[in-house]
Amino acid sequence: MTAAQSPPATRRSIPWNQHPIASPMLGIAGILLFLAVWELASRTGIVNPRFLPPASEVLLQLGRNFVSADFWTAVGQTMTSWAIGLAIAAAAATVIGFIIGGSDFLRRATHTTIEFLRPIPSVALIPLAVLLFGVSIESSLLLIVYASFWQILIQVLYGTADVDNVAMDTARSYGLGWWARVRHVVWPTTLPYLITGLRLGAAVALVLAITAELVIGTEGLGKQIELNRSGGSVVPMYALVIATGLIGVVINIGMRFVERRALRWHSSVRGDVAV
Amino acid sequence: MSLAKRLAYFVGLPILLLVLWWALTIGNTNFFVPKPLQLFEIFGDVWFGDRLVTDVLPSIGRLLAGVAISIVLGIVLGIVIGSVRLLRQLTEPSLEFLRAIPPPVLIPVLALIIGINDQMKVAVIIFGCIWPVLLNTIEGVRAVDPVLNDTCSVYGISGGARMRYLVLRSASPQIMTGIRQSLSIGLILMVISEMFGSSSGLGYAIVQFQRTFSVPEMWTGIILLGLLGVALSLVFQFTEKRVLRWYHGLREVDR
Amino acid sequence: MSNTTTKTNRGPKTGVIEVPEDVALSVQHLKKVYQTDGGEIEAVRDLHFDIRAGEFVCLVGPSGAGKTTLLKCIAGLLAPTSGLVALDGRLVTGPPKGLAVVFQEYGRSLFPWMNIRDNVELPLKNQGVAKDERDRLVDDALEAVGLAHVPKSYPWQLSGGMQQRVAIARAIAYQPKVLLMDEPFAAVDAQTRADLEDLVRRVWKRLGITVLFVTHDIDESVYLGERVVVLSSSPTVVQEDLTIDLPADRDQLETRSMARFTELRGHVYEQIQRAKAEAPNRTSSTPTV
Repeated sequence: MTAAQSPPATRRSIPWNQHPIASPMLGIAGILLFLAVWELASRTGIVNPRFLPPASEVLLQLGRNFVSADFWTAVGQTMTSWAIGLAIAAAAATVIGFIIGGSDFLRRATHTTIEFLRPIPSVALIPLAVLLFGVSIESSLLLIVYASFWQILIQVLYGTADVDNVAMDTARSYGLGWWARVRHVVWPTTLPYLITGLRLGAAVALVLAITAELVIGTEGLGKQIELNRSGGSVVPMYALVIATGLIGVVINIGMRFVERRALRWHSSVRGDVAV
Repeated sequence: MSLAKRLAYFVGLPILLLVLWWALTIGNTNFFVPKPLQLFEIFGDVWFGDRLVTDVLPSIGRLLAGVAISIVLGIVLGIVIGSVRLLRQLTEPSLEFLRAIPPPVLIPVLALIIGINDQMKVAVIIFGCIWPVLLNTIEGVRAVDPVLNDTCSVYGISGGARMRYLVLRSASPQIMTGIRQSLSIGLILMVISEMFGSSSGLGYAIVQFQRTFSVPEMWTGIILLGLLGVALSLVFQFTEKRVLRWYHGLREVDR
Repeated sequence: MSNTTTKTNRGPKTGVIEVPEDVALSVQHLKKVYQTDGGEIEAVRDLHFDIRAGEFVCLVGPSGAGKTTLLKCIAGLLAPTSGLVALDGRLVTGPPKGLAVVFQEYGRSLFPWMNIRDNVELPLKNQGVAKDERDRLVDDALEAVGLAHVPKSYPWQLSGGMQQRVAIARAIAYQPKVLLMDEPFAAVDAQTRADLEDLVRRVWKRLGITVLFVTHDIDESVYLGERVVVLSSSPTVVQEDLTIDLPADRDQLETRSMARFTELRGHVYEQIQRAKAEAPNRTSSTPTV
């Protein structure tokens, strides 16, 4: 009785957009819709096409970029300062975070100082960077390191604060020394937080890398955008803006992937953080 | 912990650092190295004269306007998108992309479309600040507890009342997280939108000091931006503590 | 009556269902099939029972018997696949007025951002009950559950048992005709549980409302109910409908030590064991009740 009668009734009860492939399809439809509105706005002249060229032209230019050596050189320059800056910030934040987080005294003593330095917008350092380094990559690095350092440091401090007291006491009672405790107890607990910090820091580092190029004029995508703008090459400028967005998406997806992988083999913390 | 000890922890390191800074620069004649007492002396002259009205206040005004508009728009759109599954499915990848664009690259774009003026600067702040609020609100609206949802249905709480008593309050921790991110992005965008072909504002003034090699003045500008960042963060923390008192209490109990 | 029961819940447009006059809640041939990625799951096969106005009925069944599904259908939170639920002779298509629910998850059914008093008051405020009337109802309800002294606390500042008292207070302040309780005491400790059981009996007697109390605890169902409906394992049907002929004044020590209590408990226990044992056979055959 059930098998014969229920299917027609129930198929109706499941909304079509809950089908497993509905979400990605609708997402693509959403992007197409967005592009169509953009195209129309430009073609019909609602927005002056000199300032907002049609989406199709921008995408075509983006496609041409993908086979242009100059484009990839600029991407390489931007990503080099991104990677070096992020690496310096991560190394510094991890070491300093472990030192501060390992001592109750240091944690308390540095609290106000950190809370004061952290909200200082890194772009305030732009004039200083120009004075010190001019348009060289060090200017970019100063901004990137300053901005992403705090993101990672804060997460590492959260992580070291999260270390289980019982686990720490156990380790001590078995005679583990300071280094062994850090390696076997503090490090595994802190790692997921560190990776979250890296993910946040990576996004901020990209913003600052592009900003430095845009405002200071260090080599990279940001500088190319500014050159195109001042030269009135509107279509290439938009294509580059889209490209920076795509790089941002790739970094976000990549870091989330790394985060999930790292948390997976860390089964001890999976329950807490994976959600 | 006694009050004196807490005070010592609170101001100990900052005072130590200031004294160190003072001691190390005492006989220094290097033009680039700022001295604390000198900065302290000129700070008032630089920022509390004419510049307060021409640069500082307009900058802060644009920042607050941009952030406020972003918060309101972000929450309203976030609730709409978060409540309608179809809209969420349609917009998710597009929003993911728009959020990933580094907000400063919008400055040349908007300078082109709107021109270099106040509206452009506010628009830049909005375009950068809306995403954290919007995406966090969507997340928050999605994560409304199903039991609370059922409770509202059973007691006939629907429509506007449901928004007000359930959805907004339940999503408020995520919304506040979004607002905190927006504030720091807003400050960054305020500064660089003014560094970019502008003739007034905090960002402009600081770059002018740098170009004319008025190094101590430039340092006071950096410090002023720092103080502004700290002030915003304090106001935020104060508000957050009040709005989310229930949330922190709940978390405390859960631990 | 039997010819209306085969219709789906979308069937009768008028929303008026014929039931005997003294029936408060009528569940007629209720069936619920869930759609999942792995295919269909039949949670409730064919449930059919009436509850008279003012009755205290306990629903008891093995875990996974679709008790919560049934309760959600009655509360109008889930649409049945077929069959219907009628409250006071009116078809249930959404959460009906005059019905309140106390959920098992007390910690998640109270608004953590409102204090106790606001939690109890909210449904009344939403209905537009005047301030004076509201204050009286809230005071009475808090008084009845023994929480008159903590109106300004937040739910999470209270113990689990106290939180469940708040949920009960909110339900009774709402002045429902029918009160549904979904394993409300499953997550509180034994002593608190005994207190709360007596509290629910007292409230039921004082207000003269109809109570449908879902539980997996056999002792609790016999101690509380005037009637116990035993459910089978999933896919669920009514295994037995038992009248509890214990004295109306129940006492934790006295009632529970009565010979009749032990007898009834034993009987329900047997029924549930039988339900579990029969479960695999029934999956592909028609219901036996």
